[in-house]
Amino acid sequence: MGAEVFAFYLFAISTITGGLFTVLSRNPVHSVLWLILSFLSSAGLFILLGAEFVAMLLIIVYVGAVAVLFLFVVMMLDVDFASLKADLAKYLPLGLLIMVILLMELAMGLAVWVPADGAEAVRAAPTPSDTHNTAALGLLLYDKYFLLFQLAGLILLVAMIGAIVLTLRHRKDVKRQDILAQIYRDPDKSLSLKNIKSGQGL
Amino acid sequence: MITLEHYLTVAAALFVIGIFGLFLNRKNVIILLMSIELMLLSVNINLVAFSSFMNDLVGQVFTLFVLTVAAAEAAIGLAILVSFFRNRGTIAVEDVNVMKG
Repeated sequence: MGAEVFAFYLFAISTITGGLFTVLSRNPVHSVLWLILSFLSSAGLFILLGAEFVAMLLIIVYVGAVAVLFLFVVMMLDVDFASLKADLAKYLPLGLLIMVILLMELAMGLAVWVPADGAEAVRAAPTPSDTHNTAALGLLLYDKYFLLFQLAGLILLVAMIGAIVLTLRHRKDVKRQDILAQIYRDPDKSLSLKNIKSGQGL
Repeated sequence: MITLEHYLTVAAALFVIGIFGLFLNRKNVIILLMSIELMLLSVNINLVAFSSFMNDLVGQVFTLFVLTVAAAEAAIGLAILVSFFRNRGTIAVEDVNVMKG
């Protein structure tokens, strides 16, 4: 068994195990950690496929941002997770049934799948052999798919504004800094000199 | 020898696990969002596998866009969750019936 085959099975099994325990864990914090394992091992699969840039992006975006966001929310919200898991057995049969049906459908599709005759000819961007993955992807992204790239940035901007608008709240009972009031503060009104006689106090 | 079908099998398994998670954790929105992330990840595995075995880079470009949408979706979903929790004090999906939809 070659190293590549061994690495594939290692990453594949840990991806699927991570996904399974994400779903099955009773503690959401453990769920997030299993999700991180799943993301990391699929990044390994991507490296085996020769897509290094996407693999690194998966680690940065999913593990670095999304999973940490999940972890943050899970730990910030004071939720009684035990009560949310109470009737797990109620949904298990239906879930298993749909899982089996979908697996059978996917297996049927996979069994008869063959690439079409003209598929090689209609490729949109054949992988260049002389540049490495990141450079080739950059050339494609900044040239042919530049509009989509900009739109992806716009989606992220809208998501950022939306998340801020949804979660921002001005609490009345918290003292805030008012910079204008600080600048325009008049020393004559806030300071006064008192002549205190000794032994008497103010 | 690892073929395209191997990768497609992994992606199919991951997708089905994601759907299974939707049914198993019907009350816990956080795990529902994680299941959606798993399903998007399996889509990404499919795209990159096809891109690699067909020698077409566009699959990887689309993976980037799926990644973007997944990140935006997670951010918005969790923001909605936080503001829902502030208003109601719980995140159980069964309580989300104010609009009687």
